[in-house]
Amino acid sequence: MTDLRKNLEIGSSPHISSGDSVDVIMRNVVIALLPVCVFAVYAFGSAAALVLATAVTSCVATEHVLCKVTGQSSTIGDWSVAISGLLYGLTLPPDLPLWMVAIGGIFAVAVGKFLFGGLGSNAFNPALVGRAFLQAAFPQAMTHWATPLGDNRFIDLPTSTLAWPFAAPTYDSVTTATPLAVMKFDGIQAASGDLLFGLTSGSAGETSAVLILLGGIYLVARNMMNWRIPVSIFATVAVITWGFNLYNPEVFPTPAFMLFAGGLMLGAVFMATDLVASPITNAGCWLYGFLIGGLVVVIRFWGGMPEGVMYAILLANAVSPHIDRLIQPKVFGTGKGAG
Amino acid sequence: MMLDMVRKDSFRNGVHPPEHKDETGHLAIRRFPFAPVLVVPLSQHLGKPAVAVVREGQEVVRGQTIAEPDGFVSVAMHAPASGVVKRIALAPSISGAMVPSVYLQPYPASSQEVADGEPCDLQTATPDEIIAAIQRAGIVGLGGAAFPTHVKLKAPEGKHLETLIINGVECEPYLTTDHRVMLEQTADIFMGVRYLLPATGATEVIIAVEANKQDAVNKLQQDRPGDLPVSIRVCPVKYPQGAEKLVIKSLLGREIPSGGLPADVQAICVNVATTAEIGRLLPRGRGIQERVITIGGPGVQRKGNYRIPIGTTVRFALEETGAANDISRVFLGGPMMGAAVSNLDIPITKGTSGITAFTTAETGDATGHQKVYPCIHCARCVEACPLFLNPSQLGLLAKNEEYEQMAEAFNLMDCFECGACSYVCPSHIPLVQYFRLAKKMVRKLSTPQ
Repeated sequence: MTDLRKNLEIGSSPHISSGDSVDVIMRNVVIALLPVCVFAVYAFGSAAALVLATAVTSCVATEHVLCKVTGQSSTIGDWSVAISGLLYGLTLPPDLPLWMVAIGGIFAVAVGKFLFGGLGSNAFNPALVGRAFLQAAFPQAMTHWATPLGDNRFIDLPTSTLAWPFAAPTYDSVTTATPLAVMKFDGIQAASGDLLFGLTSGSAGETSAVLILLGGIYLVARNMMNWRIPVSIFATVAVITWGFNLYNPEVFPTPAFMLFAGGLMLGAVFMATDLVASPITNAGCWLYGFLIGGLVVVIRFWGGMPEGVMYAILLANAVSPHIDRLIQPKVFGTGKGAG
Repeated sequence: MMLDMVRKDSFRNGVHPPEHKDETGHLAIRRFPFAPVLVVPLSQHLGKPAVAVVREGQEVVRGQTIAEPDGFVSVAMHAPASGVVKRIALAPSISGAMVPSVYLQPYPASSQEVADGEPCDLQTATPDEIIAAIQRAGIVGLGGAAFPTHVKLKAPEGKHLETLIINGVECEPYLTTDHRVMLEQTADIFMGVRYLLPATGATEVIIAVEANKQDAVNKLQQDRPGDLPVSIRVCPVKYPQGAEKLVIKSLLGREIPSGGLPADVQAICVNVATTAEIGRLLPRGRGIQERVITIGGPGVQRKGNYRIPIGTTVRFALEETGAANDISRVFLGGPMMGAAVSNLDIPITKGTSGITAFTTAETGDATGHQKVYPCIHCARCVEACPLFLNPSQLGLLAKNEEYEQMAEAFNLMDCFECGACSYVCPSHIPLVQYFRLAKKMVRKLSTPQ
């Protein structure tokens, strides 16, 4: 006869769980982003590698230090700050001075995440908060775009990369205006194939639509991303652009160009889908996506800047809690089907 | 779920925990030995406790009524063995409360012949007489709810019942009692239906079985009497398919209104084992003094389905089936909704559908509990909740103790505590556990002092 243990563990059911965990989800997002990072380094060389490394390091270090200073245990183990760091780095011009990268990274985590209360409480996507800060603080450096696939990109660093803090950086790299800027200011569209595979100038990680989509498909397949958000953004942008393009193809670009140029892919797939800053219901996610898509088109067509994805997402982040308040799931037995 | 396919014969949302049903599903029901002492609580159901009609020291025969119902929402209790009443005193229960119980010592040498009572004759009995016979037989919902069955058979004033649903879904992991009852007591089930049809006034009967019990479906199809308006329907495997609201939604496409009853959609749901007991007991005027339970889980060596006397302690049941040395958590029922046992000396009651034992391999040691993260709005709970509540929002409110707002603005009281939200939460937030507490608090706050 067995001697049954006297001390039984008690707990309220359920006594099992699905096994998924926040750190597992976050780690998978990092995995989905890795091909994009590798391509960014391939296209823009060691400067891009240094930008990404500095971005991740500054973000992770900021969260760790802030946790310690405020007497909490460090939360970097949940991997969410690593995502913010990578995404932030991927949205930056590859030859941005590293000291600016570090300052923006500190701002992204300290203001965009920690001040709001950390993981789960950030109203805005922290990576975009950091980028918006840099855009406001260093507008010139933030619109200085190196040409991809430069000859000595793995050996030489642009002089701007290692510029002294707070000194105006000097540039020696070959620069090109981004496809969106060319479209906006010169009315010329880049070839869709170049946009699709990332062979254009732009932010380090925004140029390869194919790899971004593959990462997104991986996350959707693992039930770690709501596909409705990117799909509704793409659909909105495509439909509105198509209408204007029909009306006047001289002024307005094609839907394919709008989808694949600039930060739309990275933004729609990896940033608008930030779980914390997006709505919780599927209906809410559709609405949120429509809003982002509409704002992107408005800013790109009629705004002062060539690119609008960042502000579109930040504005939609601000609206997201209100969408959640407006759209609640319809409780079983309270609708028309009841009774 | 990437694309949430809404099947017509199912309900939306829900989860797919590992079933573990093949561990015991193929094992035929076996008799369980009598424990040296059986503890029969006088309250094994919702409603008023029964009133003992035996004295300490009195000899009783197996099946004899030892407690009579007190009012309508109450049922009789029967002696689970021939023996002597040692005492009538408090005994521990699953809730932690001490409850009045009859301690019965079985006679080891007795033949344990069951005493027959007054039969309920199908040909002559009126609906009210059948309902009274079900109450006399001490029948409660054997699926786990333990609600007195006779109370719900009659449609409330102004309503009528059309469809009698015999619930053989059994969606809890590990449990295979209903499965075995459907295979081995098929005739009892159809006899039970013969009693339930006139008692409820229903005109059609649907036996609902989850797709993982195809052999039971075949057996029921094969043995179905031609004169009964019975159909057997297969539901897709999904937790909590067996919940009354969801099985009705899946079979009939109707939603019970929030706060309403199955009768609001002209349906009534009776568990398949309950139906089998009605069919087995009423023709001979007997009462429930034993039931079929699954004893399983990784902590049990001789897993199986057992016909066990009511009042057997969990300790005796685990000792007889060979509990592993490192069992760490024992619960009555399955892992999704079963209540954890804090004291192995509590007895098995009519509502106990199984005993599941986990070892330290499943639960980890005391320090190995899953880390709780903040809510990241991943919406998995929203996609899991079969009643379309917003567990994420409710969880935040519960944390702030805003219980009234939970009830008024977010339909807290509709939650039937299936636990799908806690099961999927990647932040390991104890959502359903919060909601249980919140529901208690709401009831307390709404009760006048």
